[in-house]
Amino acid sequence: MKIFIKFDFTQICTRVIDEKLEELGIKYRMLNFGEIEFLEDVPSDKLKAFDLILREYGIEKIENQKVILVQKIKDTIIEMVLNTDDTVNVKSSVYLSEKLGHSYGYLSNVFSEVTYTSIENFIILQRIEHAKSLMINTDLSLTEIAFRLQYSSVAHLSTQFKNTTGITPTTFQRIIAKRRALSDNKN
Amino acid sequence: MRENYTYVVLADDDEDDRLFFTEAFDELKMKTKVDIYKDGVDLMNALNQSESTLPNILFLDLNMPMKSGLECLTEIKSNPRFKDIAIAIYSTSASEEDIEDTFVSGANIYIKKPNDFKVLKKILSDVVTMNWQYHTSGLNKDNFLLRL
Repeated sequence: MKIFIKFDFTQICTRVIDEKLEELGIKYRMLNFGEIEFLEDVPSDKLKAFDLILREYGIEKIENQKVILVQKIKDTIIEMVLNTDDTVNVKSSVYLSEKLGHSYGYLSNVFSEVTYTSIENFIILQRIEHAKSLMINTDLSLTEIAFRLQYSSVAHLSTQFKNTTGITPTTFQRIIAKRRALSDNKN
Repeated sequence: MRENYTYVVLADDDEDDRLFFTEAFDELKMKTKVDIYKDGVDLMNALNQSESTLPNILFLDLNMPMKSGLECLTEIKSNPRFKDIAIAIYSTSASEEDIEDTFVSGANIYIKKPNDFKVLKKILSDVVTMNWQYHTSGLNKDNFLLRL
């Protein structure tokens, strides 16, 4: 004998998750499909059990803890670069690890793994990008920009700019000015 | 699901350069997908297909018969559909004039073709990594200029 069946994956998955969470006594809410919000703190052994049970059904929790941490690191760096008023006089490594509550070694490993670049390089890139936007959008001189971004000298800013982008700040400004002139002519 | 690789396209009429280029990408640790075109006409035909997947980074050889890299660049920059593609000029020329002209015309990256394979790998890795940072950290692509 042969029979034919049809099934609805969404319904199956939702049902499994419903039942298992209930069994474990976890209060939750289904947001979108694939997104579950726990309504109270779930002890880690229960989370682990939930994880294991779901695996039996081929359902897996997305491990994006690292991605989330990297985003926090990036946000903190950007805040650090932009916030030049009250001088953060600690080393960035100390600042990051205090602010995020992990050792710098750990942060730095996770960061490289996810972004393919180092925290140090990312900080330099952010400072240079900030310098670029100041060059384009303000009348500040290079000296003032260097001072604002806490470079020890204009030479230091220029060297780092050249090392990062391959061109000098002056060339950069000239290219952007020419681009603007070109697009003004077209309009 | 978000695709987690960089899609790279090269247009170059030189067979050896094309070969080095694909080999260099094969050896990089970042996930990439590479497509190659033999000249500017082939490239533009492919890009202009309305359903084509657009590359994240497009490498253009400057000196190609029929349609030069600069002509491709100008065409690409005049079409809003292509605005998110990072353009890398990949050329044997290192004349300051060429470099500045292509940047002014809208290129993001200028690469002088190196003679050494190791150097090429390093350069391509730098380009992909830097582009990735712009892509994932919400940096302003209009300010993306890189010379290697």
